[in-house]
Amino acid sequence: MDESTALVSARGLTKVYEGPPEHVAVGGIDFDVLRGEAFGFLGPNGAGKSTTMRMIGCVSPRSGGDLTILGHDAARERRAIKARLGSVPQDDTLDTELTVEENILIYGRYFGLPRAVIRERTDRLLEFARLTEKRTARVQDLSGGMRRRLTIARSLVNEPDLLLLDEPTTGLDPQARHLLWERLFRLKQDGVTLILTTHYMDEAEQLCDRIAVMDGGRIVAHGSPRELIERYVTREVLELRFPLDQHEQAAEKAHGIGERIEILPDRLLCYTGDGESALEETRRRGLDPITALVRRAGLEDVFLTLTGRTLVE
Amino acid sequence: MSLPAFHEFGYWWHRYRRTWRGTAVISIANPLLFVTALGFGLGRLVDERNSAYLHGGSYLAFIGPGLLAASAMQMGFIHGSGPVFQSARTGGNFRAAVTTPMEPSDIFTGHLLFTAFRATLDSAAILLVLLIFRAASPGALAGAVLTALAFATPISAYAVTADRPAKLSAVFRFVIMPLYMFSGTFFPAEQLPDPLRTLVWLSPLWHGTELCRGSGPILVHVLVLLALIVAGYLAGRRAYTGRLTA
Repeated sequence: MDESTALVSARGLTKVYEGPPEHVAVGGIDFDVLRGEAFGFLGPNGAGKSTTMRMIGCVSPRSGGDLTILGHDAARERRAIKARLGSVPQDDTLDTELTVEENILIYGRYFGLPRAVIRERTDRLLEFARLTEKRTARVQDLSGGMRRRLTIARSLVNEPDLLLLDEPTTGLDPQARHLLWERLFRLKQDGVTLILTTHYMDEAEQLCDRIAVMDGGRIVAHGSPRELIERYVTREVLELRFPLDQHEQAAEKAHGIGERIEILPDRLLCYTGDGESALEETRRRGLDPITALVRRAGLEDVFLTLTGRTLVE
Repeated sequence: MSLPAFHEFGYWWHRYRRTWRGTAVISIANPLLFVTALGFGLGRLVDERNSAYLHGGSYLAFIGPGLLAASAMQMGFIHGSGPVFQSARTGGNFRAAVTTPMEPSDIFTGHLLFTAFRATLDSAAILLVLLIFRAASPGALAGAVLTALAFATPISAYAVTADRPAKLSAVFRFVIMPLYMFSGTFFPAEQLPDPLRTLVWLSPLWHGTELCRGSGPILVHVLVLLALIVAGYLAGRRAYTGRLTA
């Protein structure tokens, strides 16, 4: 596949850590990321998302398979690829003793950009990250959300064709997350191709055009959020909570309501096309849940259906 | 030398501009305090006894180059241990640099360049004072820089793989300190009892000290230190690549 259609193309991509013990972090995955789209890897911790991102970012060599990024082979032309990537690692790698603008300057110099170019871009990047007032502040004085935004601003200093974001909002409070989402959405609108990993389904739903659901080093499903939900789960979900000692009993009684019942440690999920009718049926069977909630099915349910486990445990 | 290495040098230079006053105390003032206390204080006692081991020279002239070499070793350790360990950790500078067109070997080389720069600068400052008291010769600068790099390269190679800081303190306690004591810094190695005197030959610091004093087979001293630098550099390139791009 040529660069005009796929910016990243992986076939049988594998990563094995020799160990001991030997650990297959990524077990042969195929995917293509198209120009201008936001592509997400969704999965729990340890699914192989970050390892995949590190391979795309050319900071971890693959153990097998093919990986082509921006038309170059990831193993042979690392410098050429990295020059056109933006990278937001899971942990911020800012220098906390230097100022906001110094961090951007140092990073820009790593790309071989002239100081004048970096200085001119810094104005725009800080404005984008809403950090203009913090320009000369030391990074150690910034909040978690500000640091994350600075990391993103810094990753854009080389005006990348492809931006990699590994767990961009993990550890942020809701307000900081929403601000970050809004900024990322703007980038996407500006035509920057995004690849991100997340274990938050709302993040994946908000930001991603297409998603690869990962579990145990493999891609277990992929498609748009809408497609995944339509393919793997019902339209609605009825969530029922019972006193913990009656949980098992209630599960037995509820058997057969809706298309499928999923028993979680703290609640029952009843997959159905019509949540209200399912709730009526529950009451008709003499069940008296502490709480009952009808909601639309989401990616969390897709993941549960595919793997039998919840995403955030 | 690859150009990207200079970008890493630039990073350390940037940090140095912020902290140079503080670091000057450790790397320049401390050795000079030693020179003053030992050279002028203890030296008076030593010189009165007119020790044959000093071959007619003053104790200050003996200990000056010795402390220059020892402080160079310490610079090598200081630059090669803590900063490398910190930068290679999750969230450290090396982790940022490696996501750019920089490769692990550029990062390593750049940091070594900065270490060489700092060793030159700080050793020159100490040497300047020694020169005023005629306690060393200008050629000692090259010996000091070689000594610093002979320690910085292998220590960096080790520090980049270290999983906890205790391993680095162990290097200081069990390698740097004994070498400091028994490499002819404070007293001539010939004074040591026989088996120890032979062991001194194995000490890189002893070769550095002798080089700074301009005594003994100069070429051998230079070759020993260069061998350590080359071996440390090759090991370091592998270690940096292994740690930063696993």
